[in-house]
Amino acid sequence: MVEWLARLGRAGLSFFQRLGRGHLFLLQILAGLPGLLLRPRLVIQQLYSIGVLSLLIIVVSGLFVGMVLGLQGYNTLVDFGAAQSLGVVVALSLVRELGPVVAALLYGGRAGSALAAEIGLMKATEQLSGMEMMAVDPIDRVIAPRFLAGAIAMPLLAAIFSAVGVWGGYFVGVGLLGVDEGAFWSQMQAHVDLYDDVLNGVIKSTVFGFVATWIAVFEGYDAVPTSEGVSRATTRTVVHTALAVLGLDFVLTALMFGNH
Amino acid sequence: MVSQGGESLLVQIRGLSFARGSRVIFDGVDIDIPRGKVTAIMGPSGTGKTTLLKLIGGQLRPQRGTITVDGQDVNKLRHRELYALRKRMGMLFQSGALLTDLNVYDNVAFPLREHTRLPESMIRDLVLMKLQAVGLRGARDMMPSELSGGMARRVALARAIALDPMMIMYDEPFTGLDPISKGAVVQLIHRLNAALGLTSIVVSHDVQETASISDYIYVLSEGKVVGHGKPEALRDTDSEWVRQFMQGLPDGPVPFHYPAADYVTDLLAGNG
Repeated sequence: MVEWLARLGRAGLSFFQRLGRGHLFLLQILAGLPGLLLRPRLVIQQLYSIGVLSLLIIVVSGLFVGMVLGLQGYNTLVDFGAAQSLGVVVALSLVRELGPVVAALLYGGRAGSALAAEIGLMKATEQLSGMEMMAVDPIDRVIAPRFLAGAIAMPLLAAIFSAVGVWGGYFVGVGLLGVDEGAFWSQMQAHVDLYDDVLNGVIKSTVFGFVATWIAVFEGYDAVPTSEGVSRATTRTVVHTALAVLGLDFVLTALMFGNH
Repeated sequence: MVSQGGESLLVQIRGLSFARGSRVIFDGVDIDIPRGKVTAIMGPSGTGKTTLLKLIGGQLRPQRGTITVDGQDVNKLRHRELYALRKRMGMLFQSGALLTDLNVYDNVAFPLREHTRLPESMIRDLVLMKLQAVGLRGARDMMPSELSGGMARRVALARAIALDPMMIMYDEPFTGLDPISKGAVVQLIHRLNAALGLTSIVVSHDVQETASISDYIYVLSEGKVVGHGKPEALRDTDSEWVRQFMQGLPDGPVPFHYPAADYVTDLLAGNG
């Protein structure tokens, strides 16, 4: 019993220690961001490997999610004779929810895990320690550019996901199932609000990008410097990102759309 | 800082104690590193020799004691001052710690590009000079993954001297090298120290190689300095422990057997 309590206490302590380390780490990253203004090349390189290289999975997934939305939405709406509203259903689902959330989950799996593994391996092979001894702060040189690039790339990826998804819904709804093209677009135009829907979606994806990238770089930097430790850090990145994104999505949705 | 012998000291360690969790790694260690000399820190694996280098470089903090480098107390420095001091220290990691996404040339150029605003043409000259010094000017376009262990360590050495530091710390520079590479590294450490007017700290357990190039040797064991002196003096030491270490005898004060229950009792216990 005492043994069990002690183990619970130790687990609790180590959890809060990690939480504290994570927040101090975030402060150090934020302090390193202004220095990047002088060296935009570092950020651009990371934008390529984090953002551009994630494009394929984002575009393909967005297309299929949009097509499924078109199909399911049509089947439901046609019973009520409201197939004209298919554009609204597809666009609102994507812009408000599926765009930011699914893009963030994919981002965690594709870019977040890669970030954690890369940084963890740099730590395991003493590259970070070597930089410190060369008087180059690895947080400024390695972590901050990756963090900033991730935080910029994620909202853009979510926007691309939504745009491609809308096109997928259009392809199925208008192209295959015969919904009126004019109605599809004009209904969407009339019912999707720039501030209430699009801007809130952008805020969501920005928050997700911030949190997902923070988790990834912290897990990598805090990894136990062995192959086992790096593998655990990578797994934890994906799991924690998914949990954080879904949890935050509920909170943000409640704040944004709660009193409608 | 001046030692008792009247030499000028670059690094002075006093009463250093360091523990990882409940494991004591150093317990009241005093070490003097004179300027311009090669000082070796020796001891069996796991005595915290690498930890000592990290303490000198300010990557770890001791629980007690002071470490003074060039007149500055490493643990009282602020972030910026510590980084300024590190620019004047080079460190050669056992693994080389080369940046795997950069080729040999860019690895050596890395500290120059980070810390200076030299034009690219001058960086090129400097990089080629450093690579020439370690004999790898021809390997400048190779990636770290294509290098052998000995080559990687020489590239790392070229990178460590890129900013013309006042001292270099070598972490196990001879471990895992073939005899030819080992000879090359031994000679490089010796030559660079003389030619560049460096101060070198060599952490190693390779007795022959280290003794051949060092001016002074400290032997560490179980958190304490168990012997120190010039290499010749240590060879004919009175301390049985140091003799066992320097001559590589399998049994002595450090027993061959890890502490265990009585052998016969242990074997018979399985039959019960």
